[in-house]
Amino acid sequence: MIDRRSFMKLAALGGGAVFASGLIGRAQAAAGKAARLSGYSDFYFVQMSDSHWGYTGPDNPNAEITLKEAVATVNNLEIQPDFIIYTGDLTHTTDDPVERRQRLREFQEIVRPLKVRDIHFIPGEHDAGLDGGAAFKEIIGPTHYSFDHKGVHFIAIDNVSQPGSTIGDPQLAWLKADLSRQAKDQPIVVITHRPLFDLVPKWDWATRDGDKAIALLMPYTNVTVFYGHIHQENHHMTGHIAHHSAKSLIFPLPAPGSQDKREALPWDPTMPYKGLGFREVEAENKASEYKIAEYPVVRR
Amino acid sequence: MARRKIIAVGAGILAALGLLLGANVAARNSTPAASQETVVKVVVQRFVFTPTEIVLRTGQPTVLEFQSLDFTHGFNIPDLKIRADLPPGQIIRVHLTPLKPGVYDFLCDNFCGAGHEQMNGKIIVKN
Repeated sequence: MIDRRSFMKLAALGGGAVFASGLIGRAQAAAGKAARLSGYSDFYFVQMSDSHWGYTGPDNPNAEITLKEAVATVNNLEIQPDFIIYTGDLTHTTDDPVERRQRLREFQEIVRPLKVRDIHFIPGEHDAGLDGGAAFKEIIGPTHYSFDHKGVHFIAIDNVSQPGSTIGDPQLAWLKADLSRQAKDQPIVVITHRPLFDLVPKWDWATRDGDKAIALLMPYTNVTVFYGHIHQENHHMTGHIAHHSAKSLIFPLPAPGSQDKREALPWDPTMPYKGLGFREVEAENKASEYKIAEYPVVRR
Repeated sequence: MARRKIIAVGAGILAALGLLLGANVAARNSTPAASQETVVKVVVQRFVFTPTEIVLRTGQPTVLEFQSLDFTHGFNIPDLKIRADLPPGQIIRVHLTPLKPGVYDFLCDNFCGAGHEQMNGKIIVKN
């Protein structure tokens, strides 16, 4: 269990905390009066994303060890999270189906030392875009699913496996059915890889049918989306729905639309891992909010 | 591509921006280039459009004829809400008449491999 004071201590070590309102509320009702009095439903989770295992190049000369260092840093958090979400691009793409599977298995071995064993993975297009998610499903698991944790409903949306990096009508129908079982004020967290909204379409920072998912989510009053893909922290609102992107664990990309090309920011040998990291997200039962703290790959 | 979608593409452009007189997308032989149209052939393969820069004149009816050699790439001009899938083995035609000078970015929006993020280009419209 983590309380606000402990959390702020962690946040102070790792960087700024971001407050995103609108998640908790129903958790109290679900937990019951006794649990409410004891603050039962407070918890936090970690988001990791975009490690691109298998990438080699000048944008990260430390690619062989970056993910391993991030794993060690997560393991050294004073209070371990309840679980981890991993929002895609576990591996860097390859045309070779054998190599793709090899990279996914190597990735599995690298994250195996994580103390937290409850890890929810979703694919990025680098993992699943060229084979419809076949290798990912074979080695990692399903590409879309939902689960509940301490009164919060989590929905993992796959927006990379289908042609054109769409969600697709069958999955949208599944999403609609899943949501139909939730109260309108249910705290809902969506995890996905690409932004569901048009962030920078000319950089392919969008989901072609993401507006359909947002339309399905819009009637629900407590929805927050965590995603990856753009290799940096970004915060955006579509109506009352907050969207938070995570940093990468391989190389940072330029600010949305800030330059002509979306080329990786050059590696700075004086500041290794600059712009990289992971985040922790705290769901508090008391204050109807999530708090986000950003972490570097290595904490010194 | 379904005719319904073709119409929707053109209507969306006119309603949203009014930059083009009209535009649509068609597969091989369904709507060949009209005699007054300028034809621009574009070869598409991982991870490049050739030519990468396409220069057009305002008011000139144009058809972009895409031939993909290796993959069902996507062609997308986000600012004009024009897109098409480009399956190999077919000629895909995009008809348009630019009305306003400017530079319009286009990209492949079907993930096609390690160089996908660099597969893009520009349409430059001049008076």
